Amino acid sequence: MANIGSYENHLKNFNWSIAEKELGYLDGDVINIGWYCSDRICQLGKSEKTALIWEGKGDHEVKKFTYNDIRVLSNTIGAYLRGLGIHDGDRVCLFMDKVPELYIGLLGILKIGAIAQPLFSAFGDESLFVRLENAGTRAIITQRKHASKIQKILDRLPNLEYIIVVDDEGKKTLKDKEIVFHLDKAERVEKFDIFPTKAESGSILHYTSGTTGQPKGVKHVHYSLISQYLTAKWVLDLQDDDIYWCTADPGWVTGTSYGIIGAWALGVTQCVLDSGFSAEAWYRFIEKYRVTMWYSAPTAIRSLMKAGDEIVKKFDLSSLRHIASVGEPLNAEAVVWSQRMFGKPFYDTYWQTETGSIMISNFPGMKVKPGSMGLPFPGLTAAILDPDSFEPIYAVNKPGLIAFRHDWPARMRTYWNNEETFQKKFKNGWYLTGDRSTIDKDGYYWFIGRDDDVINTGGHLVSPFEVESALLEHPAVAESAVVSKPDDINMEVVKAFVTLHAGYEANDEMELDIMNFIRKKLSPLAMPQEIEWMDKLPKTRSGKIMRRVLHAKEWGEDIGDISTLEND
Amino acid sequence: MPDLHEMKETILKYVINEYAEEDDDVTFDTPLISGGLVDSFSMVSLKRFLEVKYKISIPDDKATPEVFDNVNKIAALVKDYL
Repeated sequence: MANIGSYENHLKNFNWSIAEKELGYLDGDVINIGWYCSDRICQLGKSEKTALIWEGKGDHEVKKFTYNDIRVLSNTIGAYLRGLGIHDGDRVCLFMDKVPELYIGLLGILKIGAIAQPLFSAFGDESLFVRLENAGTRAIITQRKHASKIQKILDRLPNLEYIIVVDDEGKKTLKDKEIVFHLDKAERVEKFDIFPTKAESGSILHYTSGTTGQPKGVKHVHYSLISQYLTAKWVLDLQDDDIYWCTADPGWVTGTSYGIIGAWALGVTQCVLDSGFSAEAWYRFIEKYRVTMWYSAPTAIRSLMKAGDEIVKKFDLSSLRHIASVGEPLNAEAVVWSQRMFGKPFYDTYWQTETGSIMISNFPGMKVKPGSMGLPFPGLTAAILDPDSFEPIYAVNKPGLIAFRHDWPARMRTYWNNEETFQKKFKNGWYLTGDRSTIDKDGYYWFIGRDDDVINTGGHLVSPFEVESALLEHPAVAESAVVSKPDDINMEVVKAFVTLHAGYEANDEMELDIMNFIRKKLSPLAMPQEIEWMDKLPKTRSGKIMRRVLHAKEWGEDIGDISTLEND
Repeated sequence: MPDLHEMKETILKYVINEYAEEDDDVTFDTPLISGGLVDSFSMVSLKRFLEVKYKISIPDDKATPEVFDNVNKIAALVKDYL
């Protein structure tokens, strides 16, 4: 029996107080996610239950933590930070691979009332800089191997006081602002005075990309727990005896909302594989730990499909009870494939960094329409809006903008230092997702695409503006335009159209040089997978690059009105 | 045709310079993709390096994460296309 029971009944009778009651929260109470994800579970008698099974590179390195361990160790990290003078409201960045210190550290930061700012460890120094500068981050917790990226930008970050290295082996002299903290050697803090955060206290700052401008810091609050707890329970169907594997990195919102908070607030055992992708390694991981609930992404699922059916048969994957997907639309073929290979479909879920929790999904126990995003979570008012009037469209199968009436607990509260852009996300009382879809006669949503130029590659948003700006810093590049191009595995990848300064030659060596330049400066995600050399870029008569002409060319779409295109 | 050992050394040096972080210990057998050293996006730039360096063309369907998973395997792949 699925946790959700009857979806229809919940539609009639929904109130977020369902989650509040289950969590023992009353309006106005202290609510601290760090406490709810560790101390509370211990108080429920699950101190010795395994909270985290972590496996590093190569299956010989395995660590296990009970709920009491994560309670005490998050206290320990909290106490250490507090000892440095970090306090409520300060931003503390987590810049690490998927090591235990990342997961437990997030709870420690929340326990002192500070705001956790997890960042993807593959970010290049420029991507790191704009996010740390915007947040005014006071401390960053990292690994030795990533510390050099921080050193490169340190002189431009006056607010950054501490670079806390969790795995320093003492082989090298510590550099400016570096201090060493070993979680396994630190004195364990059994009792800790947790900061009394309230519902609207800041909790997590995740950065996301838009079409224009720099990345935006999406501010969430401790009350987001209410949505994350209930969606983890009803959509991911997490149950007490589950072994749960969320493959997302906590540098992205899925990795915190469901890779940490949802699972641990429910007292579930979760496992983490801190390694790269390989079909064999992933199937082995599921078999080894008898994973029952698996939450992954379409890019990974399509990569598994590409690896073939034979490899699946080499492993015993019978432990899988429920599987779900998030990040970008899950194509129907992947749903049909998973039914054939695992005996169950991947349940697609739809949400965003800004929504903080699952908004539309296929629900356990209900019919899955392959290729559909599913139905809105109970209690949410969702609609498709006309892009001009921002009024709901009631016609079946007519495209429009996906929007939600606020409010729900996990909704972002602002963009950090960018309230103006935040306000633009709302029209007529609707939160605008920036995504387009249709609704069929049964109320199921069907994804169409973005309503802007943002590139969704492998479930991660990349700003064309950010890549174009970085390209212009390459000495050979005169002009650039960046669009998405279709990709079988990642749905979309970054493609750049480039003109070069006189004296530079457009050739394969130059292409490789530019690709690596962007990969190191921004991230591998932002690296153009293809560069097309141009003599000139299509522009309007006023000189604005017509990105949509290039996009249409890549996607085989109608170019549309080009009356404003500049003539030779 | 380049000597196989020399080719491995060249590829290893490139991987260390381009993808390894401080303290990463990379050898001919180190898992690059499954070990998380080179992600699937970066694999495209590694493939392009091999094509530029050895003046070959590797079909996309042959450039799988499994074949790119260590320097030994990559060198064997390159040899096939020389």
